[in-house]
Amino acid sequence: MKVLIVGVSSAIAQLVVDQLLSAGHEVEGIDRRDWKKAPIAVHALDIRKRAAEDVFRKMRPDAVVHMGTVTSLVMPGEERYRINLGGTRTVFEHCRAYDVAHCIFVGRHTYYGAASDSPLFHTEDEPPMALSSFPELADLVAADLYAGSALWRFPELHTTVLRLCYSLGPSGHGTLGTFLRGARIPTLLGFDPLFQFMHEYDAASAIVRSLERRVRGVFNVVGPEPIPLSIIVRETGRRTLPLPEFVFAMALGRFGLPKLPEGALGHIKYPVVADGSAFARATGFEARFDVAQAMSEYRIAFPPPSSS
Amino acid sequence: MATLPGDTIEARIAELEIPFNRYGVDAYGASKAHMRWMFGLFGLLYRHYFSVKVIGIDRVPARGRAMLVGNHSGGIALDAAMVIAACFFEKNPPRLAQSMVEKFINKIPFASLWAGRGGQFTGLPEHAVRLLEDDRLLLVFPEGARGTAKLFTERHSLVDFGTGFVRLALKTKSPIIPFGFLGGGEAMPTVANAYSLGQLLGVPYIPITPYGLPIPLPAMMQVRFGEPLTFAGDGTEDDEVIVGYVDEVKRSIASLIAEGRAPQPALLNSGAPR
Repeated sequence: MKVLIVGVSSAIAQLVVDQLLSAGHEVEGIDRRDWKKAPIAVHALDIRKRAAEDVFRKMRPDAVVHMGTVTSLVMPGEERYRINLGGTRTVFEHCRAYDVAHCIFVGRHTYYGAASDSPLFHTEDEPPMALSSFPELADLVAADLYAGSALWRFPELHTTVLRLCYSLGPSGHGTLGTFLRGARIPTLLGFDPLFQFMHEYDAASAIVRSLERRVRGVFNVVGPEPIPLSIIVRETGRRTLPLPEFVFAMALGRFGLPKLPEGALGHIKYPVVADGSAFARATGFEARFDVAQAMSEYRIAFPPPSSS
Repeated sequence: MATLPGDTIEARIAELEIPFNRYGVDAYGASKAHMRWMFGLFGLLYRHYFSVKVIGIDRVPARGRAMLVGNHSGGIALDAAMVIAACFFEKNPPRLAQSMVEKFINKIPFASLWAGRGGQFTGLPEHAVRLLEDDRLLLVFPEGARGTAKLFTERHSLVDFGTGFVRLALKTKSPIIPFGFLGGGEAMPTVANAYSLGQLLGVPYIPITPYGLPIPLPAMMQVRFGEPLTFAGDGTEDDEVIVGYVDEVKRSIASLIAEGRAPQPALLNSGAPR
């Protein structure tokens, strides 16, 4: 199978490439970011530019995996909106124009939002609930919904929308891996939300499994059961730095903390936990690594700064 | 009251039919370590501060899904805490009653954390269905916050019941075990509720007692469990049918409260709630 991966330079996309190559598939990638010593042809392009269409035209992929969305809230909102929604739209347009059989959109479980009144174990039919308190999520939600709309707008295109939970592992990449990088992890005093994550290898395996099984629809992809943030901090060798919420909000953008919108604090205050049973039923997917292995591998790759 | 040798909180937690992972936490975030503290406090209140009499604990199923449905009694959630304590300390093996807590609790630092780690989750239909389908024991107060707002003079009355709990019981094929709770009004003799002050503090209201503060008195309490009720249907019935079932549950609870108020030989001259 010829597979084109958009956003191929991310840590998980690189693992997807490894697994696809091992399975004998032909793979190419598109990414503005560099991937040194890539084992495949990587086109250093912006998916929204004309040249990217040429890749579709020449390669004629059977399947496209769209992993080219960005989550960094440090990036200006307008630019993020252009990349996430504009890029997703372009991917689907090219898929239709060049008779791609299967398109996989890789989104995030944070789609559901973190709110005090949202349930644990979101199912795929639930709408995003926290946009009013965290409007900066809107571009990712819009991209997810746009991709999902392809299911009825383009019935000839086999479409899979995956809502992946956080990943953790030796690469240290991703939202959770970045959050845990320091020796003291700032948390909100009096809150300890459940966090759901999977080993980055399993995250890649789930994407490959979706390709191979050609599942159609919207699916949450999660690993083993969620655990409290405080345990993740402890098991990765860090210590929590609990701060009252108003102090945390004032400290954003200072003392080495990134300048994040206040709504982002909801994600370390309330749990975002998704139900992955539909995906498991559809694909037979089972996580190979448990949470302890994921945390241990992260800890070995990124020992707490004080002990390094 | 069960005070057998070796009847420690830790041992009873170990007997709970809850799949804790290697970190002592279940899939919902209920934590053994937090429960040790929670039941330590509940045990002190249950056994030493209040005097709680439990009747009909055998009507609570030893295992499998079930819904405990009762009246609110007292200005704060002491009633829930004592029913949870009764199921933990009196049943053998113990069971964890998991209440459906008010949404505002999740916004309050520490209250949010301790409720979740103690296995008490926001009162959402999604949580109720999931817990019941996992064969847990759900604790429901269909009067909601209006029930805890009852004044001392209204302590034995029942306000309107919501109907969602009956639909959930039907949908999940769960028996309803009605219970009457007495004594919460005596422990927290509310003469008024300060709604504006409550809003300022992020809670629905603050109960005002004759001595000012919402601190419970060491009153006697009773929890009377009734015969399990099961209704025919799948939860998609018309409102008229559901309201009929709700009324039946309500009548059962009212009759348990009336039984609890009736003079009983063992309780005469003992300051039982009247």
